[in-house]
Amino acid sequence: MAERYYTETHEWVTVQDSLATIGITEYAQAQLGDVVFLELPRVGKLLEAGDSFGVIESVKAASDLYSPVAGTVAEVNESLNATPELVNRDPYGEGWLIKVNLNGDLGQALLDEAGYRALTEGQSH
Amino acid sequence: MVGRRTPLYQQHVNACARLVDFAGWEMPQQYGSVKDEHMAVRTAAGLFDVSHMGRYEIRGPGAGEYLQRMLTNDLGRLAPDQAQYSLLCTPEGGIVDDLVAYRRGTDEWWVVVNAANREKDLAWLEQNAPAGIEIVDRSDEVSLLALQGPRAAELAPMQAVDLTAVPSFGIGRGQVAGVPFVISRTGYTGEDGFELFAPSHQVASLWEALVEAGAEPCGLAARDVCRLEAGLRLYGSDMDEDTNPYEAGLGWTVKLQKGEFIGRPALQRIKADGVRRQLIGLNGAGRTIPRHGSAVSVDGPVVGAVTSGTYSFWLQRGIAMAMIEAGAAPVGTTVEVQARTGSGQAEVVTMPFYRGSAHRAVRP
Repeated sequence: MAERYYTETHEWVTVQDSLATIGITEYAQAQLGDVVFLELPRVGKLLEAGDSFGVIESVKAASDLYSPVAGTVAEVNESLNATPELVNRDPYGEGWLIKVNLNGDLGQALLDEAGYRALTEGQSH
Repeated sequence: MVGRRTPLYQQHVNACARLVDFAGWEMPQQYGSVKDEHMAVRTAAGLFDVSHMGRYEIRGPGAGEYLQRMLTNDLGRLAPDQAQYSLLCTPEGGIVDDLVAYRRGTDEWWVVVNAANREKDLAWLEQNAPAGIEIVDRSDEVSLLALQGPRAAELAPMQAVDLTAVPSFGIGRGQVAGVPFVISRTGYTGEDGFELFAPSHQVASLWEALVEAGAEPCGLAARDVCRLEAGLRLYGSDMDEDTNPYEAGLGWTVKLQKGEFIGRPALQRIKADGVRRQLIGLNGAGRTIPRHGSAVSVDGPVVGAVTSGTYSFWLQRGIAMAMIEAGAAPVGTTVEVQARTGSGQAEVVTMPFYRGSAHRAVRP
C-alpha cells in the first residue's frame, strides 16, 4: 500500500508508478456532510500543484478542490455522478476523485500522516 | 461559547450527533447521514428534538380575544383542542414571527415560536397584553419532540394513544413509557406526524421509547431539507420584519375580515396596492444547490436573491426559495442563479416542491 500524503486543504494523494490517486480526507467529508454533487475536470487536463481542479458540493457548503500534485488528469471517478455519497462512505477507497499522471516528483509542501493529524487536531479544538 | 442545551443533550451526545449552534442552542445537525434521516421522515418515521423552540402559555379571561388581536389568522374558528398556523405582525405589516397557536381550553392557549425569536416574541406579547392576561414561559419545564413520517402513527408506542381523536391540527393527550404528554398532529416536514409536549424531567424516557420502537433520530439538517421540499418558510431566511405576509406567500394566513388586529390597516393597504416583491420556488436544473444570498436574474438583470436552498434528496436536484421583484418571473420562467460553479439555470415552479403524507392526513 502506497503511503498517503495530505494537503492543508484536506485532499489526500497516494502514488503508484507515477500515477497519483487523489481524494478528500475523512476529516473533510465529516466536515462537509452529505456530498450531493462534484464538478471534476476532464481527462487530459493539465494541473499544477495547488490548482483548483473542481468543486465539491454538500448539503452544507460548496468548496473548491485543490490538486496536491502537478500532472495530467488520467482518470475521473465516474461512479460519483450517480453515487456522490461514496465520498462520505469511503473517502480513501471507492470515494477517490481523480487519478493524475505525475509530472515530476511530489511537491515538498505535502503533509505526512502525523503532520496531517496534528493539523486536524488543531482545527477541531 | 457553550450554547444552551435541551434536556435531551445527553441522548444526542450518546448517539454521536454532530452538534451545531442554532440560535444560541447546541443542537444536533445530524446523527449519521442527512440523506438517511430525510428518507426516514419521508418513508417511515423520524424523531426531532425541537425543544429549542419557545413554548408560551397564554391564559386568563379573554385570552382568545387578546390573541385574536395579536395574530393574523382567525382564531375564532378554533374550538378547544385545535391548533392553527398564524403570524405575528408589526403595525407596519412586517412579520415578527410565524407560530402555531394551540387552543387547549376555553381560556387556555399555547403558542410555539421560533427559537431565534423567543425573547422578542415574549416581549412583544407582554407589551401588548391587557391586565388579566397571563403569559407563562413553559419552555424549560415542557420539552417538545416532533415525530414525523407516514408511519409515525403506526409506531408501537403510539398504539396506546387515541390518535383518532387527533386529526390534522388537532390536540390530544397520551402516555408512553410512563411519560404523559400533550400531542398535536402538526409538524414542519410535509409529512403526517405529531408534536409531543412532555415534562422535561421525563422527556428522555419518551425519546428513548420512540427510538427503540423504530423512530429515526433526525437532526436540523434533515429538518431543513424536509421543510424546504414541503415549501414551508423559515423565519430569518425566507421572511423577517421587512417582509410582509403577502410577499412571503402567506396571505392565506391573513384574515382581514375577522376584525381589528395588529398590522391590519397596513396589510389592508398592502393587499389593495399589490406587492413589490414575492417569494418564489425554484427547481434547479441539476444537483448544484442554490445558496442563500445568490443572485437570481432573468435575461440579464438581477431581479432578486435566493432566501434558502438545499439539495432535495427526494427530487434529486437543487431546490430553493427566492425573493424577487413581483411579476419578474412567473411560474414556468427559466432564471439564472449565481453559483460557485458559475451560474446555473432554474425553473420557477409552484410550491410545495413535494407533497408528503400531511396532505393525506384527516382534517378536522
